[in-house]
Amino acid sequence: MEENKETYWSENLRLIFICLAIWFVVSFGLGLLLVEPLNAIRLGGYKLGFWFAQQGSIYCFLGLIFWYGAKMNKLDKKYHSEG
Amino acid sequence: MEELQLYTYIAVFGTFALYFAIAWWARAGSTSDFYVAGGGITPLQNGMAIGADWMSAASFISMAGMIAFMGYGGSVFLMGWTGGYVLLALLLAPYMRKHGKFTVPEFIFDRYYSKAARVVAVACLIIASLTYIIGQMKGVGVAFSRFLEVDYALGLYIGMFVVWVYAVLGGMKGITYTQIAQYVVMIFAYTIPAVFISLQLTGNPIPQLGLGSTLADGSGMYLLDKLDLVVTDLGFKEYTTANLGGTVNMFAYTISLMIGTAGLPHVIMRFFTVPSVQAARASAGYALVCIALLYTVAPAVGAMARLNLMNTIEPAAGQNLEYAERPQWFKDWEKTGLLKYEDKNGDGKIQYTADAATNEMVKVDRDIMVLANPAIANLPNWVIALVAAGGLAAALSTAAGLLLAISSSISHDLMKGILTPDMSEKNELLAGRVVMTIAIIVSGYLGLNPPGFAAGTVALAFGLAASSIFPALMMGIFSKKMSGKAAVAGMVSGIGVTMLYVFQHKGIMFIPGTSFLGGMGKDWFFGISPNAFGSVGALVNFAVAFAVLKVTGPAPAHIQEMVEHMRIPGTVSAAHDH
Repeated sequence: MEENKETYWSENLRLIFICLAIWFVVSFGLGLLLVEPLNAIRLGGYKLGFWFAQQGSIYCFLGLIFWYGAKMNKLDKKYHSEG
Repeated sequence: MEELQLYTYIAVFGTFALYFAIAWWARAGSTSDFYVAGGGITPLQNGMAIGADWMSAASFISMAGMIAFMGYGGSVFLMGWTGGYVLLALLLAPYMRKHGKFTVPEFIFDRYYSKAARVVAVACLIIASLTYIIGQMKGVGVAFSRFLEVDYALGLYIGMFVVWVYAVLGGMKGITYTQIAQYVVMIFAYTIPAVFISLQLTGNPIPQLGLGSTLADGSGMYLLDKLDLVVTDLGFKEYTTANLGGTVNMFAYTISLMIGTAGLPHVIMRFFTVPSVQAARASAGYALVCIALLYTVAPAVGAMARLNLMNTIEPAAGQNLEYAERPQWFKDWEKTGLLKYEDKNGDGKIQYTADAATNEMVKVDRDIMVLANPAIANLPNWVIALVAAGGLAAALSTAAGLLLAISSSISHDLMKGILTPDMSEKNELLAGRVVMTIAIIVSGYLGLNPPGFAAGTVALAFGLAASSIFPALMMGIFSKKMSGKAAVAGMVSGIGVTMLYVFQHKGIMFIPGTSFLGGMGKDWFFGISPNAFGSVGALVNFAVAFAVLKVTGPAPAHIQEMVEHMRIPGTVSAAHDH
């Protein structure tokens, strides 16, 4: 049981780390630090960097929260620790 | 204007009647109902309530206006105020829900086994919430005076009364169900005008797509390219690349808003209302869906409003609008003083440029963009009436959430937790209601007589949440060994550094003339503005806490065990008292 707890927590930390890396890249990376080179690419009328800053990052945040939630629900089931 | 007035009265008082009916149906019978709605709110319901709670008068009225004039620089608000929900969902909400208490200071007390920590948390919470609430009260007053042409003060009293009825009667339970209704009102009020305007300008009814489409005027030009062209012709910064104080400042600003969002107690406490850890994670997702509906439309509203404004004043390059022929909305907003024209070159036409010497639009208040937008685009009167009801819903729903955060921290944390621990549940419920009534009166008074520091609301509320509450909560969950002493030292130094920097720029408690920059220039720390400084405060908080931890040793074993317990979902009981 103790061992289960440990692996549950480390798998959770791994998921959090992956999600936060994506969270950082889509907002601070693509929307802010790399905005100038990305603006050379167009997405319809949007410059791509501008699009990430004002639209794309928000859609990615949404995807991340639901993906993390689904993954964690599976993890909760796997370790029988669901209520 | 007769018809518009009638529609507005119907929309505003119709929605008020709805809120009262909901409050009566969902009145609170126990402290659990009052603080956490009995713990029986579903994730979708909670998501909508969080959306209404979170999206204040600032989100509804001011944000699109800020984006309209800041262009790309306005992205900090879009990313900052949504990205915080990722942090909430991943780092805070599930664990705080698992722990299962009523308030944020109570969590801090349990985790850091320290009354000092609890008092610091209560103080942060009250200062952040009160400054925030002043803005909502002002929003209520402005909406009433502009749309119903009643006195600002009378409008404010009506707003106070409405909140009092459903917040005091229903507590968290009444507030939650009212917020769900308010969310629906708000989102319709925001998106319907946006759909109309997007359709007019681009032929695409979805504003998020319209913003990236070509104009419907037959030119085949992309809307954003046209906007860039129009504003740069007049000497303004290019819309899609205009920066906000440099990349470092934008970076720090976005971080501050993100962790500030995740650390605002009135948002966190909404996660205590759902039945399980899984539901807490899901409700963060639903909350962001509800918020994103408005936040992805806002940049379209901003850009389209700016383009419409520019086109009205200068329909084609060099053909400026005659002042005598200005449209009705122009005259209406001139009356409020939020729009001002001055014929500097005496030609009777309106020149709107970036050069202060020749610019004749001497005042264009950012806050009018959302409210004036439907009129600028010639939309029907019922749409304008809907916007008034939506603005009020945004202000009232946020005010109610903040009032609950204040009253629960006083009645539950200070009175029950520290001063009179043997208070009965019935008395605590009564105390909660009395405190909330007092909080409404205080915030109404402050709304009528805004103190100097009201202007610094954003800096103060987000600065406090970002530099004190967020780091304390995160370390409490992710560092088992983090001790009470170290956490308090971290919180105090985080707030200290942030407030010092803010006061240096804006004056002590924002009193004009007391700023003490000395020999240092404005934004002296790597060009970071005071509003963005919460991120630096948070770093200081983390650094000090871990340094003190190294010196004074880890938290006792039973606290470390409690943290382990918090990390595993297990069977979760409803949020409970001690």
